[in-house]
Amino acid sequence: MAEKKWPETWQEVNPGCIVFRPGSSRDYHTGTWRAERPIWDNSKCIKCGICYLFCPEGCISEDEEGYFAADLNYCKGCGICAHECWPGAIKMVGEE
Amino acid sequence: MIEVRWHGRGGQGAVTSVEMLALAAIGEGKYAQGFPSFGPERRGAPVEAFNRVDDKRIKKRQRIYRPDVVVVLDPGLITLVNVAEGLKPEGLLILNTHKPFTEVKPHIQFDGRIALVDATAIAWAELGVPITNTTMLGALVKMTDIVKMESLSEPIEHRFGRIANKNLTAMKRAFDEVKLV
Amino acid sequence: MSKRIGMEIALAAAEAAALCRPDVIAAYPITPNTHVPEHLSEIVAEGRLDAEFITVESEHSAMSACAGASGAGARAFTATSSQGLLYMAEILAIISSMRLPVVMIIGNRALSGPLSIWNDHSDIMSQRDIGWISLFAANGQETVDMTIQAFKIAEHPDVMLPTNVNLDGFQLTHVVEPMLMPDQEEVDRFLPPFKPFAALNPDDPVTLGALGLPDIYTEACKSREEVLLNSKKVILEVWKEWEEQFGRKYEPIEPYEAEDAEVLMLTMGSMGETAEMAIDELRKEGMKAGLLKLKLWRPFPFEELKEAVKGAKVLVVTDRCLSYGGAGGPVALEVRSALYEEKKRPVILNYIIGLGGRDVMVDHFMEMIRTAAKADAERPEKAYEIYGVRE
Repeated sequence: MAEKKWPETWQEVNPGCIVFRPGSSRDYHTGTWRAERPIWDNSKCIKCGICYLFCPEGCISEDEEGYFAADLNYCKGCGICAHECWPGAIKMVGEE
Repeated sequence: MIEVRWHGRGGQGAVTSVEMLALAAIGEGKYAQGFPSFGPERRGAPVEAFNRVDDKRIKKRQRIYRPDVVVVLDPGLITLVNVAEGLKPEGLLILNTHKPFTEVKPHIQFDGRIALVDATAIAWAELGVPITNTTMLGALVKMTDIVKMESLSEPIEHRFGRIANKNLTAMKRAFDEVKLV
Repeated sequence: MSKRIGMEIALAAAEAAALCRPDVIAAYPITPNTHVPEHLSEIVAEGRLDAEFITVESEHSAMSACAGASGAGARAFTATSSQGLLYMAEILAIISSMRLPVVMIIGNRALSGPLSIWNDHSDIMSQRDIGWISLFAANGQETVDMTIQAFKIAEHPDVMLPTNVNLDGFQLTHVVEPMLMPDQEEVDRFLPPFKPFAALNPDDPVTLGALGLPDIYTEACKSREEVLLNSKKVILEVWKEWEEQFGRKYEPIEPYEAEDAEVLMLTMGSMGETAEMAIDELRKEGMKAGLLKLKLWRPFPFEELKEAVKGAKVLVVTDRCLSYGGAGGPVALEVRSALYEEKKRPVILNYIIGLGGRDVMVDHFMEMIRTAAKADAERPEKAYEIYGVRE
């Protein structure tokens, strides 16, 4: 049986509303909220990581070469990374 | 049931007196309550504390308005508060004073039995401080048989530790020296 | 074996709590409950109890620390009064919603203002609807017993709810009196170690205190309500076990001379025993008077109340708290609701007594019952009366 999104009846509510499966919020792809996506121009990137630090969603990660990219499953397109990136390496572009 | 009201000044140990007396009575297998006058204690200000002692379980939890016995720890209090207020006519008033009764009498609104002891002098001599709470316990026990003297030893030893013996000596002296007017 | 001791009741409550081997004690002192955490800190410092004593900076932190400790699977204890309880308020409901079986002693005290350190029940009544189990002690012995019972009730797998034990400030907390104090072996036999159904543990993570969207909040409330109502069954079981082991009987409503009583008085807390003396006096005069002492406030014992008042013509409910702008005291409100649908029910009078430390004497109880007896057949004019208020 497919897992229910939430308990249907009060009897199905876990004691104390405990969520026994940690990290279940990952199933919720907030990336669908996005109207604009961040695009990195790695020729301008100085690998300072400020985008990574400021991302409120925690969805930016560093690759093996030290450049950064957002996980578009979760990026809401808020643009904070682009706003904070002082070398101007990140641009927000409209979703199609 | 015997109801006792203690008058003292904040810091003179009236609350300790009622605790020692209650513990002594409970130690004898009796029932007892000891409680303060339910409020903020202020050093030097007149304070009250209370005891009830009985052979059966005590249900009464109201304050004591008609005591059988009143004990006054501090000689100066009789000019500040009516220590005999509500005291039963057949009751007993025990005062700490070094004065003869004729000098004390004008301040006392009570015609019943009154006992005097110079507890402050005893406390100075035996304890080196003018704190009369344990001393006055001796006078109370002598005048009322509310508990046995030996029943007070354990609570006082537990409470006072290395100065317990001095307190027991002071108590014994008051037991011997208290006199009915 | 239990030992007969003389002790200040607040200290005895601390001793009883220590016998339950709490892992964490987080408390902030406030009159008249100060002696409870103070004495527990001594017990921990002396090495008699292996517990983490957290000297928090406020009651809000005390209850928060208890939440964290209990969530991590520790047996947590705290104590407070009055404004301290109100300062905890934000966390109180969270604790019950997360089903954390924290035990708290409340040395009941009036709420400011005017500023009062003296006793009434307005502190706990302001936190009536937070989903805790609430017990009320009438004397020192009940304080000791209920403190120990509270852990067993709270931690029962069918309950897992926080529990508070209420004892009247000063009226009980500051009185030295005799009590039977169980020993460690007896308490260990009565109270099994705490087994949380889930605990915060990095090796087996869970989420506590998650968001509840409108889709689930109603069901979460219903689940809480059911478990609190059903806890009565466990409370009765635990009290039965207590009686079997210690010989002292506990009931949600303890009757005194109530069987053939035409006029019944209901009290909660330390005034019950003084009221018993009034009943004795009135019985001597030939009045069929009786007393009901309410010990279980939440969950409210509806069935037991209906049964207890069946034969009475008049029921005098005393309250130590006023529900401002409402129809009297919280106990009377509950009693009236409980009996409204009954075909045969007594005339109910409500006296608000003992606010902010106002002394209530045997004579006062006698006067209340005598006045109430006259109300038989005729309904009282007012829903409630503040007894003895100067006009």
